[in-house]
Amino acid sequence: MTVDVTQFFQAFFEESFEGLAAMESALLNLDIGAADSEAINRIFRAAHSIKGGAATFGFTAVAEFTHLVETLMDQIRSGQRAVTQPDVEILLHSVDCMHAMLDAVRDGSAVNQEQIAAVSQELQASLAGGAIASVATPAAQQSSMSAPKAIPNEKAATNGLWKINFVPLSHLLKTGNDPVRMFRELSGLGALRVAVNDKNLPPFLDMVPDNVYLEWELVLEANVDEKAISEVFEWVDGDCELTIQSPQPTPEISAPPAQKAAVQAPKAATPTTPQAPKTGAPASTHPKSGMKEADKKPVGASSAETSSIRVSIDKIDALVNMVGELVITQSMLGQLGKDFDMSRIDKLLDGLTQLERNTRELQENVMRIRMLPISFVFSRFPRMVRDLSQKLDKKIDLKMSGDQTELDKTVMEKIGDPLVHLVRNSIDHGVETHDKRVAAGKPETGVIQLDAYHQGGNIVISIADDGAGIDTERVLAKARKAGLVKEDETPTHERIVDLIFEPGLSTAEVVSDVSGRGVGMDVVRRNIQELGGTIDVRSVRGEGSSFTIRLPLTLAILDGQLVRVGDQTFIVPLVSIVESLQVKKELVNRVAGKAEVFKLRDDYIPIIRLYDMFGVHPENTLLEEGLLVVVEGDGVRAGLFVDDLLGQQQVVIKSLETNYRRVDGISGATILGDGHVALILDVSGLVKLSKNQGPTPQNDSDLALPRSAAA
Amino acid sequence: MAKILAVDDSASMRQMVVFTLKAAGHDVVEAQDGMQALEIAKGQQVDLVLTDVNMPNMDGISLIKELRNLVNYKFTPILTLTTESSPEKKGEGKSAGATGWIVKPFSPDQLLATIRKVLG
Amino acid sequence: MSNVATATDAQSTDLNAAEMSQYLTFIMATEEYGVDILRVQEIKGWDMVTPIPNTPDYIKGVINLRGTIVPIVDLRRRFGLPNIEYGPTTVVIVLKVYAEDGKERTMGIVVDAVSDVYNVTAKDMKDTPDFGADANIDFVRGLATVGEKMVIILEVDKMLTVGAMAALDRTKLN
Repeated sequence: MTVDVTQFFQAFFEESFEGLAAMESALLNLDIGAADSEAINRIFRAAHSIKGGAATFGFTAVAEFTHLVETLMDQIRSGQRAVTQPDVEILLHSVDCMHAMLDAVRDGSAVNQEQIAAVSQELQASLAGGAIASVATPAAQQSSMSAPKAIPNEKAATNGLWKINFVPLSHLLKTGNDPVRMFRELSGLGALRVAVNDKNLPPFLDMVPDNVYLEWELVLEANVDEKAISEVFEWVDGDCELTIQSPQPTPEISAPPAQKAAVQAPKAATPTTPQAPKTGAPASTHPKSGMKEADKKPVGASSAETSSIRVSIDKIDALVNMVGELVITQSMLGQLGKDFDMSRIDKLLDGLTQLERNTRELQENVMRIRMLPISFVFSRFPRMVRDLSQKLDKKIDLKMSGDQTELDKTVMEKIGDPLVHLVRNSIDHGVETHDKRVAAGKPETGVIQLDAYHQGGNIVISIADDGAGIDTERVLAKARKAGLVKEDETPTHERIVDLIFEPGLSTAEVVSDVSGRGVGMDVVRRNIQELGGTIDVRSVRGEGSSFTIRLPLTLAILDGQLVRVGDQTFIVPLVSIVESLQVKKELVNRVAGKAEVFKLRDDYIPIIRLYDMFGVHPENTLLEEGLLVVVEGDGVRAGLFVDDLLGQQQVVIKSLETNYRRVDGISGATILGDGHVALILDVSGLVKLSKNQGPTPQNDSDLALPRSAAA
Repeated sequence: MAKILAVDDSASMRQMVVFTLKAAGHDVVEAQDGMQALEIAKGQQVDLVLTDVNMPNMDGISLIKELRNLVNYKFTPILTLTTESSPEKKGEGKSAGATGWIVKPFSPDQLLATIRKVLG
Repeated sequence: MSNVATATDAQSTDLNAAEMSQYLTFIMATEEYGVDILRVQEIKGWDMVTPIPNTPDYIKGVINLRGTIVPIVDLRRRFGLPNIEYGPTTVVIVLKVYAEDGKERTMGIVVDAVSDVYNVTAKDMKDTPDFGADANIDFVRGLATVGEKMVIILEVDKMLTVGAMAALDRTKLN
């Protein structure tokens, strides 16, 4: 039978990455000297599973490397070796290597061989030196894993009559073994004659039914070696007396034993195939040859991470319950519809309310399926803080709370990098060095606090440190230099702190290895805004900074404000709305006779006439007759001129790109209660559009329809 | 066709074992640790138990001991799936009452060949 | 013609084989056009669309087709024909098209009226005449003779991707 093992690869990768994460967190929490045995077991088991799977699925390199880790952990587990800091370091590096190797086999990418070789050597050195008990050399271990086991006393296959005397001990059946099955196995090797000896059979009344009293003499005529026969009895070794008598040597080899061995040895040394007995007896064997290549080629689609999700059974059960309720409501309404009269209108309304509740609950629960705890992202931070603080010679405690707070998988995948950047910033620029802290009268160990919690349909993630805080003078100086703040302007503290999100305002004194490379805070903010979220910063000089990120729980649903322009309804994401107001004529100015701005307290805010931008016939063209919805996108404010505000509601986001293409200023569409499509505004895009020009009337000719694929 | 209980905490190994056995026409129930397996075994009679050794909650060795104490599983073949091929590991399984073992890594074909040894 | 089975090959453009395909035809400005019936998902009456800003005028907008957003193309505008008031016979033909990247997309075309379904064999099909360099006729698969009539068979995939659709009205097909 052929089983395509590649179908199990994805499950293997998923569980291996989970295992690595578990290993890492257990390693980080390991108390040197007083290690918790359950934690050690957990690390061991993870390594053990990865090794087993990797070997089974043909990722030999991964299996061999992991074997070293497993061996080390096994020694710790069995008490042969104490947990030491250097070993923990090596193991942490090993986790990185295993991760890299697994990534490489999954994606078919290259892996840093030197790094792996180096860590592998460290592991071997530690194994060779550290263990009290003797440890086989790594080379030997590896070969014992991957190569067919060499049987030292192996005899060449000999044709003839094998005599086997098999005397089971009385408890043999209790091991689940059965002489009859073994004989069947033997008869597969050749012609078998069985003679039973019942001399030990007790009188019936003395007989214990579970015991074996019989002995057997077997004669097997087969061209096999002794190993093939002893393999049949391998599992009952110790549960029986077994003698296997080889066929009588043929006359020409009836030489002295030493010579006999010499004659037979060459035969034994040239087996035509490795011992992969037909019986499938447990000799170590190579993975199937076809699988060996698996180490080199990509084995899963590169989208392996996103293509499946693990859902806890609780969530599914909740869903099943909900559907059950929905069915009940439906049948109730169905009944009502059969013989309806106006006297039962109350019942109908009740039913509809129930239906609405069922639908809402169902929707919430379906969305919940895509939700994962943020620990998936948080789990990388203990390691990061540890490594970086070591590198920078700082003492930092990382405290985390709310790591079970759930959010949408897609949001999670996209928030990881911004969070890493923020935490790095806190380590690098936030928390001061040891002596600076002492000089400032602060505890020498800095604290970085990561929190996550839900707040009204959003997830809030905050990163706070008790470090130096943002140097507002430096920021202001830089901003002045960059022309972001005029010389005579004295912005508020909040405004200055907010400036760090402007491009090109990284304030690191030294561009260090840790942060200050490539991405800046402007990118962080943009990424968060792309997810429909916001980021705020608060900072007190000398006391620390805190960043607060608010994200929608899911990208599939959005809280929207419905606005009307002419006969069209558009949806403005609530998160980007600052306020809505009716504008007074005298507050509006035309800059350079064209662009309109209005004065909102201290700011001048450009006006975007949506009807103009979108080519819709409006009800009002006079600003004072409609409404201005003040929105903020990419840190820039603008007033959207609309005819009217309609309701607020949650809308399900549909892609325009599935069948059409991206449209500037529009982030998607949704279906309203009446079945019609309404477009969702992309506020940042609109602001950008309005800066460049007015509307962009496009001519038909070159706009190929399904071009969106390329967009 | 036999009813086989496959116990492994690794989902990918379990998937492979289960898939292979099902493809060979067997009826398979799965468990991800010894605890779960024991519950299943108590609830229904299986013809063969394949169990991993290292598992959380209840490991394979304890599972075997528990099973052998059940009257229904006195003679049921129990095979361990083990990466350890060292004698003492096999001995541990055996003294707990295992029938035999399969050493990882194994291919689907090897798995089927091995279980044929113990299925009546 | 007994060889009906081959008509299921939706993407076949091999006109020389003695095979038969079915085409749904529709009327626009007195002309009859045909599309491969296997690409037709459904035909629905004209209903309000939601216009999309900053798009070519032949994109009428988008509709909600059972939960997905589907763009609607006004074929008259696409072909550069004069606009007419939509009437009771105006329909939307929902088609499956394959973009250049091989992705399947769904879109609707607004036409004056649906006409008929014809079986067209390869021998009834004529290659498009050469209209000269300025006429881009990539979206025309060929001309089919059905009885006394001539039907312009459209290449749906190209029809909706080729830019210079306006070429059609400049060519004198009759």
